[in-house]
Amino acid sequence: MPDVQALVNDFLNKLKKRKIEGSQATAKQTAELLRSVISQQRVPYTNQAGALIDSVRAIGEQLIAANPIELAVGNIVRRVLHIIREEDLSLTTAAVTELNLSTISDDDDDDGGGNQDDHPVLSAAAVAAAARSSLRPPSLQMLLEGAPEFVAVPRSSSSGGDSEGKSKSMDRNSRTRKLKHDVIEAVNELIQDITTCHELIAEQAVEHIHQNEVILTLGSSKTVLEFLCAAKEKKRSFRVFVAEGAPRYQGHLLAKELAARGLQTTVITDSAVFAMISRVNMVIVGSHAVMANGGVIAPVGMNMVALAAQKHAVPFVVLAGIHKLCPLYPHNPEVLLNELRSPSELLDFGEFSDCLDFGSGDGSPLLHVVNPTFDYVPPKVVSLFITDTGGHNPSYMYRLIADYYSADDLVVQRRHSAVN
Amino acid sequence: MDARRGSLPVPRVRQVGFFTPNAQPAPTRSQSGPPDSSSPPLSDSPASNSLSPVMIPPPRHHSDNLAAAPRPTSPLPVPEPSPFRRRGADNNNALLVGSYNPAETLLAMSPSSSHVGDGESEETMSGGWFRRSNSGKLASSLPSGTFDFSPVQSTAEALKPNKVQNPVGISAPKEQQPEAPSSSKQPKPKLTKAERRALQESQRAAKAAAKAGGGKSVAAPEEVATIKSVKQHQTQKKDAPQVAVSVAASERKGGDKSQEKERRKDAPAPRMQFDDKSRVEKAKRRSVVDQTEAKKRVELFRHLPQYEHGTQLADLESKFLQLDPMHPAIYKVGLQYLAGDISGGNARCIAMLQAFQQVVKDYSTPPEKTLPRDLTAKISSYVSFFTQCRPLSMSMGNAIRFLKNRIAKLSPSLSESESKSSICTDIDRFINEKIVLADRVIVQHASSKVKDGDVLLVYGSSCVVEMVLLHSHELGKQFRVIVVDSRPKLEGKALLRRLVAKGVHCTYTHINAVSYVMHEVTKVFLGASSVLSNGTVYSRVGTACVAMVAHAFRVPVIICCEAYKFHERVQLDSICSNELGDPDAIGKVPGRMDVNYLNDVSNSGNLQLLNLMYDATPADYVSMIVTDYGMIPPTSVPVIVREYRRDHLLI
Repeated sequence: MPDVQALVNDFLNKLKKRKIEGSQATAKQTAELLRSVISQQRVPYTNQAGALIDSVRAIGEQLIAANPIELAVGNIVRRVLHIIREEDLSLTTAAVTELNLSTISDDDDDDGGGNQDDHPVLSAAAVAAAARSSLRPPSLQMLLEGAPEFVAVPRSSSSGGDSEGKSKSMDRNSRTRKLKHDVIEAVNELIQDITTCHELIAEQAVEHIHQNEVILTLGSSKTVLEFLCAAKEKKRSFRVFVAEGAPRYQGHLLAKELAARGLQTTVITDSAVFAMISRVNMVIVGSHAVMANGGVIAPVGMNMVALAAQKHAVPFVVLAGIHKLCPLYPHNPEVLLNELRSPSELLDFGEFSDCLDFGSGDGSPLLHVVNPTFDYVPPKVVSLFITDTGGHNPSYMYRLIADYYSADDLVVQRRHSAVN
Repeated sequence: MDARRGSLPVPRVRQVGFFTPNAQPAPTRSQSGPPDSSSPPLSDSPASNSLSPVMIPPPRHHSDNLAAAPRPTSPLPVPEPSPFRRRGADNNNALLVGSYNPAETLLAMSPSSSHVGDGESEETMSGGWFRRSNSGKLASSLPSGTFDFSPVQSTAEALKPNKVQNPVGISAPKEQQPEAPSSSKQPKPKLTKAERRALQESQRAAKAAAKAGGGKSVAAPEEVATIKSVKQHQTQKKDAPQVAVSVAASERKGGDKSQEKERRKDAPAPRMQFDDKSRVEKAKRRSVVDQTEAKKRVELFRHLPQYEHGTQLADLESKFLQLDPMHPAIYKVGLQYLAGDISGGNARCIAMLQAFQQVVKDYSTPPEKTLPRDLTAKISSYVSFFTQCRPLSMSMGNAIRFLKNRIAKLSPSLSESESKSSICTDIDRFINEKIVLADRVIVQHASSKVKDGDVLLVYGSSCVVEMVLLHSHELGKQFRVIVVDSRPKLEGKALLRRLVAKGVHCTYTHINAVSYVMHEVTKVFLGASSVLSNGTVYSRVGTACVAMVAHAFRVPVIICCEAYKFHERVQLDSICSNELGDPDAIGKVPGRMDVNYLNDVSNSGNLQLLNLMYDATPADYVSMIVTDYGMIPPTSVPVIVREYRRDHLLI
């Protein structure tokens, strides 16, 4: 599949050169790439899921390695892996339950395949699949009735998709095609979700923004823009302070956009955040990624805003699409999940070139310039997450994340990459 | 005083306990003055008296030691009463004044404090000493103390010296305490109970003292010392010393009143609120600088002047020849303020004072006018001109207040040239002592806090902080500096350049990254435009952010600020009083071609740009303020303001 490889390489290049701006775009492109990988993948008659998982994971690892800071890539890879597992599982379950409930199994399959993430209506298959995810204990009913799970449980507890595939006893042509088809359908659904997550989040704006509110935000985020505008469209009038978000000054962009849409907008410097926060009713910001502990990786400066909000007991609300939910727990995120940008954004080389080569005796330069991209906001200063599934506490994020990713992938992914 | 002693036999008897009955306790007593009011309740009940040691020494005693240093030289073998009293005195002081003592210690260090010892030998002087350096209240409480305190004390001590001696020994072993009481009466067996009692007693006394308030309760030893009786007593007194004292007391009262008045006068006038239309109109009519109001004013800051920037300078330049009454020096400095050529609290203040000096030199009193009045009026008009160029900082307000005060206090007997030269020297002295020398003292103090291996974070560009860094570097200390900068002024760049040129290891970053760099920081050094009396630090915008993040990371925040910048105003947020810079500076990002989002939208009605100049850092984020009186916690700012305001004005 040369064309896929070319696509992958192209995307890798973009990631490495940081050509893709924003986690949403990254997530979407990753999902699209993986979709084409899956569709190109030849599926053997036995162990189809295993084959799919392997190929996706192989590519996923490359993608993650290309830009380990862009957590959205890893998230999407895990999501796709999870989708494959779920589909496989639901097919298996369907095959088993077919014996008992042959009439409704088809419906269930479709539901389970298409909507396992967002639909509140869970089919029997989806319930079964969810029950299997290791973070979720099996329901009482499952435990009591037992039959389908009994077959399935040993499989999921084994480490990879391979064994899952091997232990599968039935392989039928229809199922083969169905699996791939279902997976692609589900990935399409995921892409759809990523594109529409703004709207889903923005729908909730009226529940959070009231008349005459003063809102502060930092930097620029499409989600925040849509969120605020959604409230504006509902005839709520409020004012927005936008901290400019040095050194990228995305805040200017956001302010311009907000003003163009008719919102009363005031641009302030980042240093004035503390001064202004006492007159602010709510801080609404976007994020780069949300970690499993409820911590947020956000544009630089956010921790300062969050601390100021905490000091003045102003709610600090983080908007995050599902593609930003990362199932990993952060370790030293300020350093490890960060990236230093060019000093030229802060200091003019021309202006400071004479200073830059001052060196002390031991050869280390006298002048360093630090220009990090991200900030880590610990969960204790976050008041609320608004995702497309609703508002959540930071302490609940791990649970939310468990719905979207299979526990196998969290661990296997990393162990695997270590082996490679 | 001796005479008075003589008239009061009781104390003597009681002082037997201290075995220096006829030795004059006077010299010491005068010092011990303040304790005063604590005594009345005690002397009420003689029984309680016996157990009443008000003078249980407080644990901290540096100030006593300092003040008492000259004491040992006193010829009289009266060692113990003095320390006791002083201790008691200090205790009471502490109760009255709050954190007074540290200031006192500092005082001793500060150059102006050389007179600490003066008063010791002469009792009469001592009052003066206190009066000079302390607030009126303290001073007033002095004489009263001399009256009543000794008897009470002496009784108590006589009865159970040991008790007293014990704590003293702990607190001030150097003084001759221990030997003295040991030769006196035997200690009572029940020490602990007595001590407890004593403690209660002293607390009660303190309460009573607080109630009685300052110097009102002058207790006569022979009488039951209720306040009423005190008054009677005062009127009764016939002997010369008594009269003298009562005179002193009345003087003191008068002094209090006048001080009160003065204080009221000193209290900051309410600031101009720019949302008050009529006043703005009035001000406009008077103003020299032609200012057009900004079209897009930020709603929240209507009370602050928001003018279009960039127009005034050209306008003012063109008006140069029309502005007769304006002295060229004033005009020059005003233009420099307007153009931003002079910035930084000290630089602005010095420039202003030097311009005033020039004015004074060139001044000649017009006929039928007096110099103080006319000059003050002139200076007021200049000040309003400066204000139009750029709102004055609080430190400048302090300097102006000082100058006006000096002019007002000129003795009328001086000739014009004499008064002019006296004003000029006063200005020079202010600049020298309050700014130049103060900076040097601050640098001394602050650089003692810099250790090898430190990583110091500084924000913006404060000249004192820079001096601290350079001085520490010259001392050969190995440390790194992180310069945090923020838009739109980017003052940190200039600081960075100067530091790097001197060979200091520097890291440069912007304010958003402050929580990224804070992990490695060991100390944060910040400058201040002004320190308000609730401990709030009013400084370049962003200082509060840095201090907050440092606080969150448990890094000590050290503020370097000259004491002349302290102000008795209070402020809780950065909104009520602030200065707005040129809003257009926000939209432009120099050196970044790619950032031009706001170039074309500045005329959109919905978009406003807000360029705050200052913010208020709450006192909780400040670990320490280094000032020319030493290193103090933010809670001690009001003490400095109160204790040394006189000093500001008088130098």
